[in-house]
Amino acid sequence: MRKVGIGQALLAALWMAAASAASPTEVQRSLEQTARATTPGFAGFSAHRGEKFFKSTHGGEWSCASCHTQDPRASGRHAKTEKEIRPLSPVADPRRFTDPAKVEKWFRRNCNDVVGRACTPLEKGDVLAYVMSVRK
Amino acid sequence: MKRTANQWIHGGPIATALLLLVLAGHVRVAGADDDRFTASNEKWRAECGSCHVAYPPQLLAEESWQKLMSGLDKHFGTDASLDAVAAVEIGAFLTENAARGKRAWRAGSALRITETAWFRKEHRKVSAATWKNSKVKSPANCSACHTGAERGDYSEHSVSVPR
Repeated sequence: MRKVGIGQALLAALWMAAASAASPTEVQRSLEQTARATTPGFAGFSAHRGEKFFKSTHGGEWSCASCHTQDPRASGRHAKTEKEIRPLSPVADPRRFTDPAKVEKWFRRNCNDVVGRACTPLEKGDVLAYVMSVRK
Repeated sequence: MKRTANQWIHGGPIATALLLLVLAGHVRVAGADDDRFTASNEKWRAECGSCHVAYPPQLLAEESWQKLMSGLDKHFGTDASLDAVAAVEIGAFLTENAARGKRAWRAGSALRITETAWFRKEHRKVSAATWKNSKVKSPANCSACHTGAERGDYSEHSVSVPR
């Protein structure tokens, strides 16, 4: 009985891990589906547009790069608290963009802070395309 | 009967008792063990600790935590909003372990830890140059000097001010 219990617990743990884990490409694919459905004339994401978006201020004080630096492979620092921020690029930190809920949470918060509104699926996808385009 | 200065200073038994109480209170506040906070919660550490050190719940009064948690979308100039499940769990952890007694009184109704009476008193000897040091920069950056901050250790033994 006890063996079965442990086995079941292990299976449950594996299932939970599989449910929340994704690859950056999967996260991007999911964004693409949303963008396709909501953006008239959607023709794919653009790393070039994403880079421009990432490095610009949008009428406010900050850009994405204010905390994340101009290089997604580099560690950043929180503009207010000085706490270190791990690199955004999956090349530099493989944990990045593997948890869809976390990706949504940070886009929600940071778009509010930087752009003053929620980002569109196109903007998110462009930024992700840019971050993923940066190689070693 | 005329009292001498000496008698006034040392007073009667009541004054002695009062003096002892004040001393005991002082020792309790400054005692090393009171500056080591062990209460922990996984969600609190992960969520509150992503932009700054996960500040120990004991540093603010219960009402302050309640106010903070109800305004996370405008958290000192940034959006720190949480999903409802995490907000409820973290809110309960913070209020259950919030400052009590004298510490609560000294925390007052401040929402910023740096604006509490106890924070100001404990940091009164920190020079302006230290606050501006590039390794410190922000008073929110506890770990710059409190080397054990991530473990909840804010005792004087683990303070190392960068130069």
